[in-house]
Amino acid sequence: MSAQNVRDAVIIGGNRIPFARAHSAYATAGNQDMLTSTLNGLVARFGLQGQQLGTVAAGAVMKHSKNFNLTRESVLGTPLDPKTPAFDVQMACATGMEAIGSLANKIKLGQIDSAIGGGVDSISDAPIVVTDELRGILMEANRAKTLSQRLKALSKIRPGHLAPQAPGVNEPRTGLSMGEHMAITAHAWGITRAEQDELALASHKNLAAAYDRGFFDDLVTPFKGLSRDNNMRADSTLEKLGKLSPAFGRDLGEDATMTAANSTALTDGASAVLLGSEEWADAHDLPKLANFIDYEEGAVDFVDGAEGLLMAPAYAAARMLKRNNLSFEDFEYLEIHEAFASTVLAQIKAWESEEFCKNKLGLDASLGTIDRSRLNVNGSSLAAGHPFAATGGRIVASLAKELHGKPGKLGFISVCAAGGQGITAIIEGR
Amino acid sequence: MPKDIYTDFANTGFGRTLTKNLGLPQPARLRRHRPGQALARGPVVVLGATEASAALADRMLGWGLDVRRHIGPKEKVAAVVACFDSVSTPAQLSEVVLELGSLLKQLMPSGRVITVFRDPTGTRDPAVRAARSAVQGLTRSTAHEMRVGGTANGIVLADSLDASAPGAAGALRFLLSGRSAFVSGQFISVDTVNGALPQDWDQPLRDQVAVVTGAARGIGAAIARVLRRDGASVILVDIPAAGEQLAAVANEVSGTALQLDITALDAGERILAHAAQHYGRLDIVVHNAGITRDKLLANMDDSRWNSVIAVNIESQLRMNRAFLASELFNSDAHGGSGMGPRIVSLASTSGIAGNRGQTNYAASKAGVMGMVAATSAQMASRHGTINAVAPGFIETEMTAKIPFATREVARRLNSLNQGGLPVDVAETIAFLASPQAGGTSGLTLRVCGQNLVGA
Repeated sequence: MSAQNVRDAVIIGGNRIPFARAHSAYATAGNQDMLTSTLNGLVARFGLQGQQLGTVAAGAVMKHSKNFNLTRESVLGTPLDPKTPAFDVQMACATGMEAIGSLANKIKLGQIDSAIGGGVDSISDAPIVVTDELRGILMEANRAKTLSQRLKALSKIRPGHLAPQAPGVNEPRTGLSMGEHMAITAHAWGITRAEQDELALASHKNLAAAYDRGFFDDLVTPFKGLSRDNNMRADSTLEKLGKLSPAFGRDLGEDATMTAANSTALTDGASAVLLGSEEWADAHDLPKLANFIDYEEGAVDFVDGAEGLLMAPAYAAARMLKRNNLSFEDFEYLEIHEAFASTVLAQIKAWESEEFCKNKLGLDASLGTIDRSRLNVNGSSLAAGHPFAATGGRIVASLAKELHGKPGKLGFISVCAAGGQGITAIIEGR
Repeated sequence: MPKDIYTDFANTGFGRTLTKNLGLPQPARLRRHRPGQALARGPVVVLGATEASAALADRMLGWGLDVRRHIGPKEKVAAVVACFDSVSTPAQLSEVVLELGSLLKQLMPSGRVITVFRDPTGTRDPAVRAARSAVQGLTRSTAHEMRVGGTANGIVLADSLDASAPGAAGALRFLLSGRSAFVSGQFISVDTVNGALPQDWDQPLRDQVAVVTGAARGIGAAIARVLRRDGASVILVDIPAAGEQLAAVANEVSGTALQLDITALDAGERILAHAAQHYGRLDIVVHNAGITRDKLLANMDDSRWNSVIAVNIESQLRMNRAFLASELFNSDAHGGSGMGPRIVSLASTSGIAGNRGQTNYAASKAGVMGMVAATSAQMASRHGTINAVAPGFIETEMTAKIPFATREVARRLNSLNQGGLPVDVAETIAFLASPQAGGTSGLTLRVCGQNLVGA
């Protein structure tokens, strides 16, 4: 459908390990273990042993400095030809989408014929570092030329410097957590607790149903004894969800709506998607699930409160749909990453709002209505979990599989990210 | 895999002396196949002036073997091929039998005795049938008497089959080689002239595409490795929960992993779709996946009974229906390979002899043998074959869970005084899947070291 004078970038398939709640099944696995295992599963699924691919791109949001070459080191741990190049990507929760989108562009341009894009994240093996003060002292000691200079530097160490520093989850410029930011946006859009709980419940039910009908048989490879996402609660009910106390926006009192159940849990996991040109897929007897049509990055000014932290996809989608002359009615399936249930609902309300589309997006009318029965049909992050950089790969592979056998049918993807950013994308079944 | 400490010990200098003096079992190190390995380490003596002995001697000369009709009393012998294909009454056996007997002490370690005779069921003449059946009895007993890793097996030729048929050569070569290390006291029947001899005996499955179920571990993983070694491209199937190990084995053998519960109603179709997508053909199916849910019949519950039947036999019946309905699984029609499709199923000695606590398992495995016998005609219509392999005591993760003393006894209860290895089962499966086994179908071949159970 893309009128651009470039060739198709084909989504061949994907693989991920089951996502695990932080400090559970993968507590002792690091990013490199998880990404390597995910790539190994992908290689095994498609018989890529010994093959030299164009490029592998992946990344992690929580990354140890020792993993500076995380993706390349992971590739070297697989049966892929070691001459396969790799690079790391980082765009917070949109890392996986950015990796896949940029690789699709390289394929479209004919720069490469094949690629793997993905991401990995571990909360359980988060990079704990020393304080800035201690690091300053240690570096000073390192620069010292004499023993006395060194001792003088080291003598500045105070007990308080020794406290380990976990990576921050709060926005550096506002000091607010993502959940607190989202609570502000949710309140502004008048999103109710009931709507959020219904969305969370649908996510669990859809994911469990997809597992039960074998949908993930060729999308997930077990890891460390886990064969399904352990955050999934197939037996959840609205009653159970309704009993939870608010976790974010508690200063809103009675109006606080966001709970642990309608917000994503911290999760460990990894995902990867195999992409190729049509010719490459055919030459290697590989399936062609869908085409990666287009993607768009977006960012909003959230620091001074002009827009909600996780609303960037609203703006990216507007530009992307306009460029492709599409509205939301044109999509067979929609995958909106459930950072929080309210994130999905706020984006939908924005796109359906004539006022927002006119005033904020500069459009003549709303972007259309969103058919909820087409939304996150195989579950999303509220059920599966959200290992930050791995979510893009999970969504692209699942949506491509769902669209396979429906040539020309379109799928829409939205993934919000920290720092007021986000990515939207379009894929087309084949 | 459990370590067989006793066999390790019995193969030390002191261990050999001690076990001999105490009259304990003396398990030998079996000579197993390695690519490039010589077929026989010494002369092969052919006995009996028959049509088959001429054809097979010619065949072995063509393989570059040192084939003798007579041999000096001091010379070591790698194998004796004793041909009885012309006997018409038991009295005619004695000359060749006694000559065979005189050579047994000259056999090298892992020596081979191979008897060749006509199918007893192919005649209505009581004397002829008695003579042919007598060869079976003497072969089995010889197998019991073999020492230091030696085996004795038979090749049963259909009544009017030309002994130069590829199937006879294929069976002979298998039985001579290290591929049959743990096969003893068994008979390979060759019924038709179907099949073809490979150009490269180390790569008999070159260009073939095989699917192996239950390939994530144990015998299944060994089958995938051996099929790959013999030249096949391998599709590895196991339940999604075993996916991590499945991927590791798939990557080891440069195959493709297909996570699939074989009890799914569309399992056969999904295997065919995978084969069509990735390889454009499917030549060999190995039904290896199986489960045990042991319980005495008096305590049997429906989940134990039904799950074993569903996985071990119903799934195979259903998948075979899909394969037999597919043109993809008809390599004869594609031309090129000169062989039809192959199905090999895992049976069990429990299915032959029964086993306490295994009514469900034995039912399913006996069912496999029945299925194989009955499917043979359908496979014949595409010049294909279907056979079963019944392993005896094999050293696997599963048998490692048997209590030590029970395991130690089970291991020694066969003519080779040791448990087999997963690779032994895999070698026999690879043989039955090969072009040179095209004359053999409907058979259940035991890989049990001539286990005393289920004889």
